[in-house]
Amino acid sequence: MSDLAPVLEVDEVAVMRGRRRVLHGVSAKFRQGEWTAVVGPNGAGKSTLLTLLGGLLRPVSGTVRLAGRHIHEWSDRERAVRLTWFGQASIFEGDIAAHEVVRLGRLPRFGLFGAPGAADEAAVRAALEETEATTYALRRVGELSSGERQRVLLARAFAAEASVTLYDEPTIHLDAPHQRRLIRSLLSRAQAGAAVISVLHDLTLALAADRLIVMAEGRIFADGAPDEVTVRDSLAAVFDHALAIQPLNCAGRARWAAVPIL
Amino acid sequence: MIGAPAASGGRWACGAAVLRLAAALILAAAVLGVCGLAAGSSGWSLSWSQDAPLILSIRLPRTLGAFFAGALLGLGGAIAQGVFRNPLADPYLLGSAPGATLAIVLVLAAGGLAGIPMGVAATAWLPKLGLVGGAFLGALGGVTLTLLLARGARRPSVLLLAGVVVGVLLGALANLIMIVSPEALRGAQIFLLGTTGFLGWRSVAPLAAALALSLPIAVRFARALDALVLGETTALSLGLSIVRLRFLLVALMALGTGAAVAETGLVAFVGLVAPHLVRRSVIVTHGALLVLSSLAGGVLLLAADVIARSLLAPQELPVGLLTAIVGGVYLLLLLHRQSAESPQ
Repeated sequence: MSDLAPVLEVDEVAVMRGRRRVLHGVSAKFRQGEWTAVVGPNGAGKSTLLTLLGGLLRPVSGTVRLAGRHIHEWSDRERAVRLTWFGQASIFEGDIAAHEVVRLGRLPRFGLFGAPGAADEAAVRAALEETEATTYALRRVGELSSGERQRVLLARAFAAEASVTLYDEPTIHLDAPHQRRLIRSLLSRAQAGAAVISVLHDLTLALAADRLIVMAEGRIFADGAPDEVTVRDSLAAVFDHALAIQPLNCAGRARWAAVPIL
Repeated sequence: MIGAPAASGGRWACGAAVLRLAAALILAAAVLGVCGLAAGSSGWSLSWSQDAPLILSIRLPRTLGAFFAGALLGLGGAIAQGVFRNPLADPYLLGSAPGATLAIVLVLAAGGLAGIPMGVAATAWLPKLGLVGGAFLGALGGVTLTLLLARGARRPSVLLLAGVVVGVLLGALANLIMIVSPEALRGAQIFLLGTTGFLGWRSVAPLAAALALSLPIAVRFARALDALVLGETTALSLGLSIVRLRFLLVALMALGTGAAVAETGLVAFVGLVAPHLVRRSVIVTHGALLVLSSLAGGVLLLAADVIARSLLAPQELPVGLLTAIVGGVYLLLLLHRQSAESPQ
């Protein structure tokens, strides 16, 4: 896998929010077929990194490259076809139907003035089924519970079928079965060749990823597989040793669990 | 698999509901249109042999004009609520209508200074162009000022407050000019009330033209409003140039509001109420919402016009007074419902 050219890379990027520097020269490469979880305490710069990777923020220095090209050299639409950004949902008055929200995931493909075709409709249906949102697809998004709404928004991201997908807190509001379903969806997308990058607060779920990026104070402290002891050590360190990382044998697979030390 | 056919069947049901609403609105417009042709200062009468000149030269253009002006306001409200992601946005509350009023007062005052007598009722083509153009620029300026004051449109209550402040400020300026220039006072007082009484054939043309221009363009860009439901950053991530799209849509709203205000003055709340009524009755995307809101706005102003003419006949109520009362109560109910829903 690692001999593949990176599909997305950041090189020495720094980002300012007002006068505050929130990212200090961060570098990382992301390849297709890999699921990366970005973790770290509050204010570590995880969401900023994800927004930057999505081409939605301009760094004060450093570069972001998508498929070898500077991300701002792609047209907005070309970028959107290749890359899906799933942000933390803002509060909205959603008077449009849930399935229309999912259809927006296909917007980069059929275009602002186009109409969704058969392939788009098939992708919308499949995504709604994948997140088990079909039953309330016709309801207004504003009337759904936060968990149901999250599943609609996730279906929007899935329907895009992009080769690079960025998820900020995708598990938020989801119950355990739907969290599991989501993680399995992310895994299967990575196995099918997508580059999946997600910010996760649930560390046990994050430890199931192929690769962990541990961030704190706008810097990357560790970057590697959860099986590497240095990665796990810096994970515990950035969280002030408030948790212990325990080995786990889960259905025959070696896993790691983050247990809060109380 | 169980869900898929149900979903597509449901979409048909949604489509049918939209068509039913559209048909009901068109029917209401037709009925009210006939009422508009029949409502006279001496009661209802619709006899072609007797009233033909009256109907053709006064009631027909007034009825058509009221419908088009209402449609422009309904469209403006639907655009504003979508662009600013704010259910309380309305051309009147966003400072665009007060901006247009100030511009009109300025044009009238300038006309007075230049020795051109410009009543609102009797305007030649050139000054009329100046009136609509000025109203458009004034509307755009009013919205810009409101947005600057609110530092964007993200916080609904701040935006609303900024709109109120801009409205008061521009209103005061307009008043000041009217005191200084009596020439402007004569025509402008009507604007502060809002009236359909001056709508003649000369008003119908610019109103129809503004609607024919702004509605199709807005509908063509309606998917951008759908995307904005998910938030600005997500809309941006979907490949949309939000800044440019937002400017275009605000310009369309300003064009519609400017044209409506230039002909009917400050008719409040039609832009707020029309999209709400539509959204309450059907689940639609913005493409259909814009069309239905225009229809609903037209029906609302048409109804207000007929009521204003017949309620105290032979005396006539300024239609803006009527919409302000009904719309103001509606806004209060809306705010009450929101505050009842939000604290959880």
